[in-house]
Amino acid sequence: MSVETKLPYDQDYVSSFSDKRNEPNWMKEIRLKGLELADRLEMPRPDKTNITRWNFEDFKHSVDGDKITSANELPDAIQAFLDTDKENKNIVVQRNNSVAYASLSSELKDKGVILTDIATALKEHSDLVEKYYMKDAVQIDEHRLTALHAALMNGGVFVYVPKNVQVEEPLQAVFWQEDKEAATFNHVIVVADENSSLTYVENYISHNDNEKAVANIVAEVIAHDNASITFGSVDNFAAGTTVYVNRRGVAYRDAKIEWNLGQMNDGNTASENVTHLIGDNSFSYAKTVSVGRGSQIQNFTARIVNHGKNSNGLILQHGVMKEKSTGIFNGIGKIEHGATKANAEQESRVLMLSEGSRGDANPILLIDEDDVTAGHAASVGRVDPLQLYYLMSRGISQEEAERLIIFGFLAPVVNEIPIEAVKNQLTEVIERKVY
Amino acid sequence: MMAGSTLEIKDLHVEIEGLEILKGVNLTIKGGEFHAIMGPNGTGKSTLASAIMGHPKYEVTQGQILLDGEDVLEMEVDERAQAGLFLAMQYPSEVSGVTTSDFLRTAINAHREEGDEIQLMPFIKEMDKTLDFLEIDKNMAQRYLNEGFSGGEKKRNEILQLMMLKPAIAILDEIDSGLDIDALKVVANGINEMRSDSFGCLMITHYQRLLEYITPDHVHVMMQGRVVKSGGPELAQRLEAEGYEWIKEELGIEDETVGNNA
Repeated sequence: MSVETKLPYDQDYVSSFSDKRNEPNWMKEIRLKGLELADRLEMPRPDKTNITRWNFEDFKHSVDGDKITSANELPDAIQAFLDTDKENKNIVVQRNNSVAYASLSSELKDKGVILTDIATALKEHSDLVEKYYMKDAVQIDEHRLTALHAALMNGGVFVYVPKNVQVEEPLQAVFWQEDKEAATFNHVIVVADENSSLTYVENYISHNDNEKAVANIVAEVIAHDNASITFGSVDNFAAGTTVYVNRRGVAYRDAKIEWNLGQMNDGNTASENVTHLIGDNSFSYAKTVSVGRGSQIQNFTARIVNHGKNSNGLILQHGVMKEKSTGIFNGIGKIEHGATKANAEQESRVLMLSEGSRGDANPILLIDEDDVTAGHAASVGRVDPLQLYYLMSRGISQEEAERLIIFGFLAPVVNEIPIEAVKNQLTEVIERKVY
Repeated sequence: MMAGSTLEIKDLHVEIEGLEILKGVNLTIKGGEFHAIMGPNGTGKSTLASAIMGHPKYEVTQGQILLDGEDVLEMEVDERAQAGLFLAMQYPSEVSGVTTSDFLRTAINAHREEGDEIQLMPFIKEMDKTLDFLEIDKNMAQRYLNEGFSGGEKKRNEILQLMMLKPAIAILDEIDSGLDIDALKVVANGINEMRSDSFGCLMITHYQRLLEYITPDHVHVMMQGRVVKSGGPELAQRLEAEGYEWIKEELGIEDETVGNNA
C-alpha cells in the first residue's frame, strides 16, 4: 500500500515491551514477526466497506490501570455489568492494559479450569497458550491488522476447560478502556477440550466520545471433539474508538459453537466472525445484532465454513440503522467439497429508522459439494406499517409500538445473554442508542 | 369504561389506492347489541372493519364515524383503541421477538394511567384464566406474537386480547374463517362471555355458521359497498337457506361486488 504511514513502534520498542512483561521467547518471536509483516501487508478489505483510511495507528499503546482488591471498588458504570448479588466468582476485569481484578471459584480451579488474563497465562501456562495462539484460527500474516495485532497485543484473557468438565456458570471478562486514548489490542483464547462445555461472556466499555483510540481485537475459540461453547459479547466502545474485531471459531467432531454478539460500538467498526466447522456433525449458530447511529460506519462479516460431513452452520444478523449511520451485513455460508449432508443458512436483515441511514444485507452462499442443503433470507426496510397498525390497534402508542418491534428485532441475541446484569446493560445500550 | 357506548357510521365512503370500495355505509351499534354483517366476498365488509380501526391503506373520502359523539376519524389508531374500539383482525401481523404476554401487558397498560399499571401477578392470573377459558396452551403466552401460530391459534389469540382488553365496541372480522367446529365453539364462548350492556359487537362473516353459536340482534347484508338490507336473526337464517340471489333479484343487483376483492 502506498498511503501507509510508518508505524510509530519499532523493533526495539516491541522487544523491550515483551521483555518488560517477562514473556516467553516464542511470544517475542511472534511479536517481531508481526511487526515485520505489518510493514508490508495490506489492510483487510471487508466487502463493500473501505477501511484503509480509518484510524488504526494513532493511539497510546501501553497504559496500566490501577489494581483493586474487590469488585466493589469499580465505578458504577462498570459494576453494572456484574451480577453483584451473586458475587461474581468467575471474572476478569481488565482496566486499560492490566488486570484490575480477577477471581475464579476454587471449585473450578480444582477441576483444572483456567480463567486468567493473557499475561498471567503466558507465565503460568506458556505451553498451552502457545498451542493455540494464532495457530489454527487466526494467522499472523492474514493482513496488516492481524500482523499489527501480533506485534502489539497488550491484553486479553485465556480460558481453558479440561476434558469432560462441564462449567455451568458463565465465565466473564470485562474490558474497560478507562484511559481515553489507550489502545485495546486484546487477545482472547477460549478452549473447550474434549467433551467439555462452557459459556463465556465478554464486555468492552469505553467513554472516549472525542479522544481517538484504537481497538484491534482477536478472539480464538476452539471446541474440541464433542465440546460445546457459548460465546456472548456486548461491545460498547465509544465514538472515538475505531474497532477491528476478529472473532474466530474452530469446531471439531460433534462440537458446537454458538455466538451471541451484541455489537453496540459507537465508532467505526469492522467485525469479522468466522467459524470453521472442521469436524463431522459440528454445529455453529452465529448471531449478531447491532444498532448504528450518528455517522458511524460498520461492517459485519459473518462467515461459516462447512468442512465436516453433516455439519450445520447458521448465521443471523440483525441491524438497526438510524441517523446517518451505515451498516453492511455480509452473511457468508461456504460449503467445502466433501462436506456431504452439510447445511448452511444465512439471514441478514436491516431495519432503517431514518432516510439518511444506509443498510446493506448480503447473504452469500458458496457451495462446492452437491449433497447439501442451504438457504438464505435478506431484507432492508422500514418498520412494517402493518405491524405498527396491529400493535396500535390495541391502544399502544406509535412510539411504544416501534420500541416493541425494534427490541423484538434485536431479541435473538439479547435473550441469549446468560448473565442478567449484562443482558440489562445490553438492553440499556440499545435503549440509549435507539432513543 | 363508559357503560353502553354508541358507534355511529354515517354515509361512509372509503377508497383504497384510488378505488372506491365503500359507497355510503350507514350503521349504528349500541352497547348491549350484537350485529352481524353478512354478504358475499368482495362487497366491502372487511374494508368497513379496517376503516373503522384506521388501517393505513384505507382512505375515508366522505362521511363520519362517531363514538359517543366523538369524531373517530380524527383519532390516531391507538386513540381509537383507547376510546373503546377493538378490531379482531382477519390477518393479524406476526411480531418476532415480542412475546404474546409482554404485548398483552403493554396493551393493557396503554389503557391505564401512568402509575396505575397492572401488577405482574394479577396480570398473570387473569391471563391464565382467559387462556384456560379459550383452551389455549399456556406456553403460547411465551411464544412470539402470532409467529408460527396456526390459523386457529391466531383467531383464539385475537379473542384472548378481546377478553383481556374489554373494549366498549368490538368488530370481529371473519373470526370464524379457518376454524374447525370445536375451535369455533370455543371462540363463540369467548365472545358470548363478553355480552353485557356495556359491550357492543359487530361480527363480519359470510357464513351463517358462526351465528348458530352467537345469536345476533341485528343482521345486515352488504353489497356493492353499502348495507342493502337489515333485519333480525331470521334474516341470517333465510340467507343460510336460500343464499343471496333473492336479495339481488329484489334489489335489481347483477354484480354484488365492488370492483376488486375487498
